[in-house]
Amino acid sequence: MHKHGLHRRAFFGWLTVGWVAFSAALGGFLSLVFRYTYPNVNFDPEMDFIAGNPDDYDEGVDERWKNGYGVWIIKQEGKLVALSNICTHLGCIPNWLPAELKFKCPCHGSGYYMNGVNFEGPAPRPLERYKISLNSEGRVVVDKTKIFRYEKGQWDHPDSFIEV
Amino acid sequence: MKELVNTLSDPKYSFTGVIIGFYLFMKYYRTIGTVKFFISSMIIILGVFIWMMQDPNFHAIIVWPDNVPIVILLFAVIFFTWFSIYKAAINDARIEGGETPVEGSVENREKVWTWPNLVYTELMAGTLCVVILVIWSIFLKAPLEEPANPTWAPNPAKAPWYFLGLQEMLVYFDPWMAGVVLPGLIIVGLIAIPYIDTNPKGNGYYTMAERKVAMGGFLFGWLALWVYLIIIGTFLRGPNWTFYGPFEVWDFHKVVAEANVNLSEFFWIKGLGISMPSNIFLREIVGLIVTTGYYVGLTLLCNRSQLGSSLMKSLGKIRYYLLILLLLTMGLLPVKMYLRWLFNLKYLVAMPEFEFNL
Repeated sequence: MHKHGLHRRAFFGWLTVGWVAFSAALGGFLSLVFRYTYPNVNFDPEMDFIAGNPDDYDEGVDERWKNGYGVWIIKQEGKLVALSNICTHLGCIPNWLPAELKFKCPCHGSGYYMNGVNFEGPAPRPLERYKISLNSEGRVVVDKTKIFRYEKGQWDHPDSFIEV
Repeated sequence: MKELVNTLSDPKYSFTGVIIGFYLFMKYYRTIGTVKFFISSMIIILGVFIWMMQDPNFHAIIVWPDNVPIVILLFAVIFFTWFSIYKAAINDARIEGGETPVEGSVENREKVWTWPNLVYTELMAGTLCVVILVIWSIFLKAPLEEPANPTWAPNPAKAPWYFLGLQEMLVYFDPWMAGVVLPGLIIVGLIAIPYIDTNPKGNGYYTMAERKVAMGGFLFGWLALWVYLIIIGTFLRGPNWTFYGPFEVWDFHKVVAEANVNLSEFFWIKGLGISMPSNIFLREIVGLIVTTGYYVGLTLLCNRSQLGSSLMKSLGKIRYYLLILLLLTMGLLPVKMYLRWLFNLKYLVAMPEFEFNL
């Protein structure tokens, strides 16, 4: 009856094999694409780090952790705080201008006082503070996974500063 | 003289100048749209430009590789705007005299084949573009910088030139407004133009007199609110996005006092001398009323005007109100810019709690 070699059953058999092979190839390809979206080497700064001893810091803004970790340590009014260096406007990196005693963003000109509160330019809210604490050896630990926002009244939170 | 130019190029003066200039441009477009006017004004513009180039600070901004193409583009904008006005002025005079526009005259009504007439022109234009790009890439080096660093930003940090208008807009608005809502409305509004503007006049020929509202609205948005802001953002914004006149040194430490105040603070603290209410909506009540008043009041005013009622008749209600909404939203930008320059107003409505600031 079947002169042309391929039976109905065989046809479905081959069809199944074909689809399985196609799906497997596609799945493999997509998983490679998905893997490709993750970087091989991560250049992001560490999310928490040890920032020396509390008495390493003078009154004012300390920039030693800015380039490595994106954090300014500020000693003011007996408090040590870890200030984020990401502008709350659109995420540029402001500069500390020691002569004018302010942070100034190069992208749209937002300005912040030394304590991180915005006062000029388009920034909608103050810079964020990170969790800062002392470990058992009395060294300063900054944890960037926990943030404290001024406009939510979180700067009074005991984790947002160290008394010095 | 240079001091005067520096002062006058400050946005609050130069933008006022642009608005006045635009009004004169719309009013006297028939004088402007003549070859004589173009040649004489080009001589003046080029003369002023050459004089300005003698200044080392201005020279440095202009010959920076990123900026050279922008200068060429600006001259192209001037030429093509003038060219459309020139064509429109001729046609308007013909239409007034009872003739057809030039494009509709007997000798121009003859049709030609796309191939070869159009395709050859396109080939030539394409070839010319490639030649220009090759020359450009040989003579203007791409300013390569050091590898990207997530904890450091160049100063000034500038967007690509075509976004510098948006970057300038971000100075006056909340990022959510200037970065998402307004650009979105620009795109939606541009797409909506053919659906709102159903005036068949001007199809296939240049004219100004027959579609003044459309031409005026579009050209104002394009020249005053987009090209002008690109000029400011490209040439006159230096370190810390501070404004610098064309002949001013880009001094990193130029101090500009621009402590901005919200309308709610103006009202409660400076006006009434009491502390701000804790209820967000009560706190921002003035801004909410002003904003609603701006939209509703101006719409009502427009309805009662002669132009408004004739537009309402020709467009129908839905198109008319869409047009008014888009135009008023476009108007928010100059209004907000002036409020910032004159009163250091930060936001009319400031609700950072909901990420809503206007």
